Amino acid sequence: MSDYNFAYLDEQTKRMIRRAILKGLAIPGYQVPFASREMPMPYGWGTGGVQVSAATLTPEDRLKVIDQGADDTTNAVSIRKFFERTAGVETTEETAQASVIQTRHRIPEEPLTEDQVLVYQVPIPEPLRFLEPSEIETRKMHALEDYGLMHVKLYEDIARHGQIATAYAYPVKVEGRYVMDPSPIPKFDNPKMSGMAAIQLFGAGREQRIYALPPYTQVVSLDFRDYPFEASKADAPCDLCGAEDSYLDEVIVDDAGGRMFVCSDTDYCRARRAAGHVGAQGKTEDAA
Amino acid sequence: MDAAVLKGGFRDAPVDAARAFRAAMQAMARPGTIHDVAGAEPPAPLSQAAGVLILTLCDPETAVHLAGAHDCAEVRDWITFHAGAPLVGAEDCDFALGTWEALHPLDRFRIGTAQYPDRSATLIVERWELKAEGATLTGPGIRETARMSLPEVAAFRANAARFPLGWDAYFCAGNRLAALPRSTQVEG
Repeated sequence: MSDYNFAYLDEQTKRMIRRAILKGLAIPGYQVPFASREMPMPYGWGTGGVQVSAATLTPEDRLKVIDQGADDTTNAVSIRKFFERTAGVETTEETAQASVIQTRHRIPEEPLTEDQVLVYQVPIPEPLRFLEPSEIETRKMHALEDYGLMHVKLYEDIARHGQIATAYAYPVKVEGRYVMDPSPIPKFDNPKMSGMAAIQLFGAGREQRIYALPPYTQVVSLDFRDYPFEASKADAPCDLCGAEDSYLDEVIVDDAGGRMFVCSDTDYCRARRAAGHVGAQGKTEDAA
Repeated sequence: MDAAVLKGGFRDAPVDAARAFRAAMQAMARPGTIHDVAGAEPPAPLSQAAGVLILTLCDPETAVHLAGAHDCAEVRDWITFHAGAPLVGAEDCDFALGTWEALHPLDRFRIGTAQYPDRSATLIVERWELKAEGATLTGPGIRETARMSLPEVAAFRANAARFPLGWDAYFCAGNRLAALPRSTQVEG
């Protein structure tokens, strides 16, 4: 195998992280402080997610890593290689085949099952941080359930833009208690968090926080009665596979204003094309 | 200290602990589910599952309280050798180990603070058997309802009522374990 301890981290570090994960599961949405370690990759590359994954993996697991929905981007490939080398686990790009999925900023389109664990990489775990810079104050606000400031922020969105303009990292309330940052997933993905069959774990390395959602936990996106939450996406089908229900990336294809929309979830798009679905520009793509 | 104390730990610590943690995590994430664990052979009266939890979660950074019959030389020496955890009184512990009766009174255990509800104790309760019947459980981790044989209902209801404060509990019998976090609502 390798000269590393299984899954890279030393055992005492893993125990510390595991204890934090258990507290997070017992108090859904509460950010548990943990002693984040220096990892062989810089902050911002998913060190929190990597530490949570390292503490969660067993040799029997099959790992999938996605970055903005894609399996083949630098971040996803390097983290997958990291665990292939240090934990000797199998890896996959197929959502249904994976038992642990580490993700940066997306939830796979395919519904997850009870046998899966979804690990999010989180940059700023504190949903109130951009409204209140002091940790002492935000901690107090969580303790007192004082979330008025967040509603003021959403209200100001409406006053300025005529709608809630927050499109990603859209704040949620967990089981009617803690307001939580869902990590910078598009708000299109927010409804998938609620009642999910899989365990959801969140790791923020630089900010040293772990939080979690047990399966079938109620997660509600904050909104107003007259301005209800809407899970939005680009108003177009995927140009490669024709999917109308998946979250899309807009890709500029030339310098003459040409563009196309493609599924952000590359595995979902690949599986649909393999099953014979073709989008508006799918044919040319296949020929090229 | 005799040589028996040195035995019964994980054979392959990183891998045994990883598998045990996954079972412990599933138990805590899905209250009412019962999971098999393996890898530890602790001295009596410690159950195998309780021994596995100690080896997986405890180390010199966690204070352990031994209640009742569990506070014996064999168990003390085994935990000290294999986990290195300091043994303390109920008020200061991160993990408390014993039968349900021995763990009483329960108001001795830390339940966290409003700002840090995670600074609370986890009870490891030794049981004769675990069954998916009895009290009705609802809450996070449970699709509709689950059932679990609990030693009593009142204490768990009172514990859930002060959410997000409270302690969390593991139940161990033989090589099986289940969990009941503070977030679970219990109906007799």
